[in-house]
Amino acid sequence: MLKDQDRIFQNLYNDLGSDLTSAQKRGDWVNIKEITEKGRDWIINEIKDSQLRGRGGAGFPTGLKWSFAPKEVGSRPHYLVINGDESEPGTCKDRDILRFEPHKLIEGCLIASYAIQAHVCYIYIRGEYFVDGQKLQAAIDEAYEKKLIGKNAAGTGWDLDVYIHYGAGAYICGEETALLESIEGNKGQPRLKPPFPALIGLYGCPTIINNVETIAVVPTILRRGGKWFASLGREKNTGTKIFCISGNVNNPCNVEEEMNIPLKELIEVHAGGVIGGWDNLQAVIPGGSSMPLIPKEKCETLTMDFDSLVAEKSGLGTAGVVVINKDQDIIKCMARIARFYKHESCGQCTPCREGSGWMWRMLERMAKGEASKDEIEMLGDVTKQIEGHTICAFGEGSSWPVQGLLRHFKDEIKKRNNFDPIVKETQNIPYLVDQHLLDKNA
Amino acid sequence: MSLKRPAKDQPKSFEFNSSSLESANKIISKYPKGKQQSAVMALLYIAQKQNNNWIPLVAMKYIAKLLDMPYIKVYEVATFYSMFNLSPVGKYFIQVCTTTPCMIRGASKIVEACKEKISDNESELLPDKNCSWMEVECLGACVTAPMMQINDDYYEDLDKEKTLEILDKILKDEKPKPGSYRGRINNEPENGRKTLMVLKNA
Repeated sequence: MLKDQDRIFQNLYNDLGSDLTSAQKRGDWVNIKEITEKGRDWIINEIKDSQLRGRGGAGFPTGLKWSFAPKEVGSRPHYLVINGDESEPGTCKDRDILRFEPHKLIEGCLIASYAIQAHVCYIYIRGEYFVDGQKLQAAIDEAYEKKLIGKNAAGTGWDLDVYIHYGAGAYICGEETALLESIEGNKGQPRLKPPFPALIGLYGCPTIINNVETIAVVPTILRRGGKWFASLGREKNTGTKIFCISGNVNNPCNVEEEMNIPLKELIEVHAGGVIGGWDNLQAVIPGGSSMPLIPKEKCETLTMDFDSLVAEKSGLGTAGVVVINKDQDIIKCMARIARFYKHESCGQCTPCREGSGWMWRMLERMAKGEASKDEIEMLGDVTKQIEGHTICAFGEGSSWPVQGLLRHFKDEIKKRNNFDPIVKETQNIPYLVDQHLLDKNA
Repeated sequence: MSLKRPAKDQPKSFEFNSSSLESANKIISKYPKGKQQSAVMALLYIAQKQNNNWIPLVAMKYIAKLLDMPYIKVYEVATFYSMFNLSPVGKYFIQVCTTTPCMIRGASKIVEACKEKISDNESELLPDKNCSWMEVECLGACVTAPMMQINDDYYEDLDKEKTLEILDKILKDEKPKPGSYRGRINNEPENGRKTLMVLKNA
């Protein structure tokens, strides 16, 4: 288990208070001037050394992302945008940072803005977190008052303004380009990449977008050194991470732990075990609803980091661990997730808009045992038709959980839906005339 | 995509009152010159707050004029985002999360309680216009599931009994205390916390 002094978010459970004085006692804002005096290159290199990867789901190396920002500010100003549109089912870590560790976030904003030469930072918070956003706003006001941000922020000579922008209940705005569209006052529909936001982002200007947790860990990394952060976890999967353990466990909770922690330890030690005992475990969704589920057999030895989960054909995502025990109907659980994606699809790309509803309707029928045998194959095909055929990663996000279900619980579906279709196939004609399907049959 | 229709009975006119206008101008000043369109979501919120928690079409026209943008773009934004109500909702607007993490911890019981106390159908206003409820997608409080949101506040760690109590209070026009209903502190494990013990015992 991670030592308490190595935990970055000391106030995760609000034992100490979130105001500026308490935050300063924990070491926030202490030697901010010294840090910025070491220069941009030092900051970016230190973050690269720490091997910090984005905490929002994709796990992109943060230092590398920052180095994409143009070195010189041209005619267009640079922007920093913080993604706090936390809507992935199973995830509620950013909320705790917003309400209990706001000064870590604001300080991180100053450092990141300095490193990428931005004078304005927008923090995008989902509309439902209005109360938590107000707490962050109070912290921002406090920081302005003490001259920690604003003109000559904290005596660093850098000007920074921090603003909150509230979303309004759209999951898709967690996608970085949709988030930019949303800040610009449009529907939150993702943009095609390239051009990448680091060159053409908010208002057509160079923009760096980071998750709340990523930015909030930056000040501590710079204080304690990139080497310290890299010493936790394992190669390329370093540092600590807030895990959200929800679902059928005795004590669902948020906990900050080392990367590469065994899943079993996370569930047994921190979350008080599975309801009905470990043997009652059915499956675990390891990283928020878009990541494919993992059946019990593999949970025994699984460790939680980016690369070991990719090896299991899943992913760490946002580290929202949803535990499902044997009292639950797994097909129904996945059907509900499919309904979530059907509701949240922005409607821009046809495969996702139509496919997400299609998957949901099929899964609902499969849960009731009203689907025919061949529909199981068809469901797999539909997921393949969505995956990779959309502008943003929502297509993958909606089809991966269904693929995970098909991969591990196909027998369960077959058992329940074991009858022949009413209209029998006489010739092998694909129901969709699509080149890659024809190739597959050839 | 959520299916949303503007209400049939629409007011004839809408204008920000002085306090709304003040906060609107403050928000517009957050964005660069010429990019005032960015404020459209915030202004829709303000309009919604001023107009009993829903946005009439005239308010969208008003905002379009204020921000110097086409009306259809405001309409687009208002219909795209699920938190903008285009028809009247209750003074107490209850949103029950029923996505998987809440579902497996018994969100259907919360829905049952709402059906018993408020109305059989979602988004149906009580005759006194005090209360309405609807199912929503993940509200981001999964470790304190099942939960619901009433106006701005989260009510977490619920079961059917506690939900009924909360709804009773609301129907009496009292405001129940938000937060966890099993007495747990924030998102820490309920019993058997293993981390940061020095701080807990301090």
